[in-house]
This record gives sequence, structure tokens and C-alpha cells, in this order.
Amino acid sequence: MAGYIPYILCLILFLVGLYAILVKKNLIKIIIGLGIIDYSLNLFFVLVGYKKGSGFPILTKGETVHPMVDPLPQALVLTAIVIGLAVTMLMIAIAIRLYEKYGTFDITQIRKLKG
Amino acid sequence: MGIELVISGLLVLMIIAAIVAVEIKDLLSSVVAVGAVGVVLSLLFLLLQAPDLAIVQLVVEILALIILVRATVTRDGTDYSTKEIFVKTVTMIGVLIFIFYAFRAIKELPRFGEPKMKVASYYVTEGNGIKNNISETGAANIVASIILDYRGYDTLGEATVLFTAVLGVLAVMRKVGRKK
Repeated sequence: MAGYIPYILCLILFLVGLYAILVKKNLIKIIIGLGIIDYSLNLFFVLVGYKKGSGFPILTKGETVHPMVDPLPQALVLTAIVIGLAVTMLMIAIAIRLYEKYGTFDITQIRKLKG
Repeated sequence: MGIELVISGLLVLMIIAAIVAVEIKDLLSSVVAVGAVGVVLSLLFLLLQAPDLAIVQLVVEILALIILVRATVTRDGTDYSTKEIFVKTVTMIGVLIFIFYAFRAIKELPRFGEPKMKVASYYVTEGNGIKNNISETGAANIVASIILDYRGYDTLGEATVLFTAVLGVLAVMRKVGRKK
């Protein structure tokens, strides 16, 4: 179990976000839960690619190769972070409009289909 | 063991900040706690040897914080707490099933700090065919060479997603054409 502790803590962070989505009734809390899940998944990818005792994947001048961490998860996560921001922005815009329409963030009150 | 301990400590800090963000009553405090989670994540990326990610995460976190504060600061901040026992019970059962299968899946992964690295090894050994050239693409930053060369179409798709999200925000928030 000793080599898996960061993965397990990352999983617990994921579960905190999942709990927020399933149990909370406030729309902003649900968006925050989705953001936490986003963070934990990004972190999980980078954790899987980490290699002990190696440097970052950038070559300095005159250097051909040196021990480096896996650059592929980092490239994928770089894309995922920016897309996560875009999705969060869209969700918040919809939440603001819903608040203007219904005067509340409570999802049990937002059930009337009008206009 | 040293780096693993530091990373585990920062992850525990992230979990505490996330629980505070989810459970606190005041919405503005909740948003600030999410900012703490994001900044610790940026620090973790730096420790995990990903400087590009640390920079991007910090900028994205600040932008998300500004937008979230804009959404919550002038609005009713009461917490609509769940009273129903049924919802919490079902959620807990679902979470327990998830934990059971996730622990079984984690056992299959390579241990922390010992990745398989098939693609990256190819890049720095076989891909290094050209003489007097540091890599196949000639780029010093290997992450940049992956997102802009090997996965260029992926980055194009990312730009499309961003553009679509901006269009969606504009369509939702526009004032013209809204019925009174």
C-alpha cells in the first residue's frame, strides 16, 4: 500500500466533489463540486506520470537527454485545464440567468417550465 | 519517501479546503476555499516537475475565482441544506460501491514514482534520430512540442471548445432579444 497513498488521497478528493454534486441543493455548490472533480482528475494524470528523481521535461542548452518525468500526461492535462475553465464559465453564466429568472439558487425551486 | 510525504501532506490540505468549500454556509467563503484548493494544486504541479501546468493552473484559478465571486457576491447566500435521509443514504451506498471498485483498480496501476513511460521513452531515444538536433521536432520544451506538433489537432479541438463555450456564454447572457 505504501506506493499508492497519493493515488488514494486523490480519489478521496474526487469523492468530496462527487458528494457535493449529489447531496447539495445550491447551484453554486454543485458547480464547485464539478470544479473539485476536475482538479482531482488533472492531478491524478500528473501523479501517474511522475518519476522519482527526475527533472522537468525541458532540455537546457547543449543537452540531449536527461532523466525527466513523462511529458505526455502533462500535455493532455494542459488542454484539460483550459477546457475546464471554459465549462465552468458556461455553467456560471447559466446559473446567473437562472437566478435572474427564479430569484434563488435552490435547485428544488427551479422546476417550473416557463418561457 | 521524502517527496511522497510532501505530496501527501499537500493533498491532505487540498482535501480539507475542499470539504470546507463544500460544507460552509456562506457562499463567498466557499468560493475563497475553492481558490485555496486551486493554489495548492498549482504548488503540487510545481513539485511534480510540471512548470507549464503550474503557470496555467494559477492563471485559470484566478480567472475562475473572479467569475465565481461575480456570480455570488451580490446574491442571496443562504445554504439550502438537505433534510432528506433517503438522498444521503443512497449517495453513501453509491460512494461505498465506488470506493470498493476504485481500490481494486488502483492496485493495477504502476506504483507512484515508477511510471511505464512508453511514449516518452520513444521520444527521447528512438525519436532522437537526427544528428545535432535535440529532438525530433527541435523543440526544447517537450510538453510544448507534444501539444503543438504531435497533438496539433487536439489543440485545434481545444480552441474550438473554447470558442463554443464563449458563444454559449454570449448567447445565455445577452440582453438583446430577451422577453420582459
